[in-house]
Amino acid sequence: MAPVVIRHLNKKFDEVHAVNDVNLEIRDKEFVVLVGPSGCGKTTTLRMVAGLESVTSGDILIGDKLVNDLAPMDRDIAMVFQNYALYPHMSVYDNMAFGLKMRKFDRAEIAKRVQEAAGILGIEPLLKRKPRQLSGGQRQRVALGRAIVRHPQVFLFDEPLSNLDAKLRVQMRVEIKKLHVRLGTTAVYVTHDQVEAMTLGDRVVVMKDGFVQQVGEPLDLYNKPANRFVAGFIGSPAMNFATVNLSEANGALWAANEGMRIKVPAEIAGRVGRYAGQSCVLGVRPEDLRLASSADAADLNFDAVVEVVEQLGAEILLDVTVGSGMMVAAVEPTVRAKVRDRLRLALNPARLHFFDATTEAAI
Amino acid sequence: MIEGAKWKRWVFFYIPLSAFVFSLLFPFYWMAVTTVRPDSELYRPWMAPNYTPFWTTHPTWEHVTSLLEETLFSTWMWNTMFIALIATAISLFCGLLAGYALSRLKFRFAGMLGTGIFVTYLVPQTLLFIPLADIIRNFHLGDTPWALILTYPTFLIPFCTWLLMGYFKAIPRELEECARIDGASRFKAMIYIIFPIAVPGILSAGIFAFTLSWNEFIYALVFLSSPDEKTVPVGVTSELIRGDVFYWGELMAGALLGSIPVAFVYSFFVEHYVAGLTGSVKG
Repeated sequence: MAPVVIRHLNKKFDEVHAVNDVNLEIRDKEFVVLVGPSGCGKTTTLRMVAGLESVTSGDILIGDKLVNDLAPMDRDIAMVFQNYALYPHMSVYDNMAFGLKMRKFDRAEIAKRVQEAAGILGIEPLLKRKPRQLSGGQRQRVALGRAIVRHPQVFLFDEPLSNLDAKLRVQMRVEIKKLHVRLGTTAVYVTHDQVEAMTLGDRVVVMKDGFVQQVGEPLDLYNKPANRFVAGFIGSPAMNFATVNLSEANGALWAANEGMRIKVPAEIAGRVGRYAGQSCVLGVRPEDLRLASSADAADLNFDAVVEVVEQLGAEILLDVTVGSGMMVAAVEPTVRAKVRDRLRLALNPARLHFFDATTEAAI
Repeated sequence: MIEGAKWKRWVFFYIPLSAFVFSLLFPFYWMAVTTVRPDSELYRPWMAPNYTPFWTTHPTWEHVTSLLEETLFSTWMWNTMFIALIATAISLFCGLLAGYALSRLKFRFAGMLGTGIFVTYLVPQTLLFIPLADIIRNFHLGDTPWALILTYPTFLIPFCTWLLMGYFKAIPRELEECARIDGASRFKAMIYIIFPIAVPGILSAGIFAFTLSWNEFIYALVFLSSPDEKTVPVGVTSELIRGDVFYWGELMAGALLGSIPVAFVYSFFVEHYVAGLTGSVKG
């Protein structure tokens, strides 16, 4: 168990600047998730921490020790790979024991640790089998077991659940979370799935094009995204964006485009006021939209035409046209809406997001 | 397997397959039948009334016994075995290391080096034996088994390297990375993880190399001259064809006995060998 510190980390592959000045302090026992679209540098960052990629510039410290030039075996880490990377010619037991054998543990200690890990993961009956005789979920458990027998300082996970089917993925996600609570080992987890990131991470690091976009606790990212990318990436279905013009009239700030005219609430207007007379991007999450009732103030409503109705059971997603743009609204399952219906939608004024049209930073 | 009516299976599967098997095995049959045919039948004119080219009525072991007793055949067998085994071992060792390095390590000119090794494989032996003969003479290795043991790797190493390179590339990189995180050095990861998984590939490279050295003719013909240093292919053809006299019975007996070790090696490892060529790594 140890903190991991990354300072001004850069990685260049010939012309490609894959990781760009990444700074990150991962506290002891913390579970940090790196998330982003493919090619954002998250896996490269993880591989540099593991020692599988060389560092172009910057420092990596594990437990206060500079590890830039240490071989992977000397960093006291364990890694779980996307394709499990189980040794196909060895039994489950030998797979789990391999790391301990390499480190010259005695037989009794190896047997004890393997049994213990197998017990935690519920794979005792499988110890004599070969990896090819296991299902995907079982293989992933063995891969986890191989990581935990060593009692490393840091766990590294490289998209460990991507090869599993949807149901198993949810199940394994819970198990990884439980395992972390039980063992308390510092963990760095890479995924492209924002749901995994939100559910697993104590803190989440959103990356794009080699740059860190935002670091924060899951709900902070959700409620206060630093920029339009984070806002769109975190949350499912994704946040709706509409380009609006801001103008002052009747002592209030109004956001308008061809489909809507919204009065910006006073507490937000203070921040956004300096953009009066300019255009910016309005962001609103699908769940912050609902059908307008007569009780709603008219200046927070707008017209929408239903294009697609997605019944999810617990809620209904309405894909609607607003002016010339599209939006998704998550509404109560009791709403009876049909394609081509004209509706009036109301927004939750406290949960509006505004982004600069050019820099895309949150205002 | 062909689906559908029975006649389809016969026309498109069994009949072509039988024809194929027949044409492949016929030379071996011919070899075997000539071995056990007495001289009186061998030299019988084809228009003779009792001419039976495809079978024999008086099988005999006289050619086999004369081959084993009157020629140095058993010495040739031993020579060939010794040379083939050592040349294969050397080539496999170099091929393993080179194949691993070329497929896994990143270094300057790795690609060019790989291509370069392949190109040397394309140089025909019939060209290469002239400069090699000069080298062999300068090192005073002529007429010793080492002339062949050291020259066979010139074509075996490129062959093994390329076959193994392809095989190593098919093994997921993560296995090795995982081993290295688990505490193995690169060398240990190679020994404990990569090589055991590559066994089918290593076996097929070995079998091929062994067969190529066993059957090799031109270098053996040029570099060896004393009868008791010769290998089977050269010994049989040079000692059993005297001028225009062909000792067909002994020739065929030699060819038959000479092909047994190779056939044995193939049949023993056939499953691994097929897996090695189709490159299947089960993850």
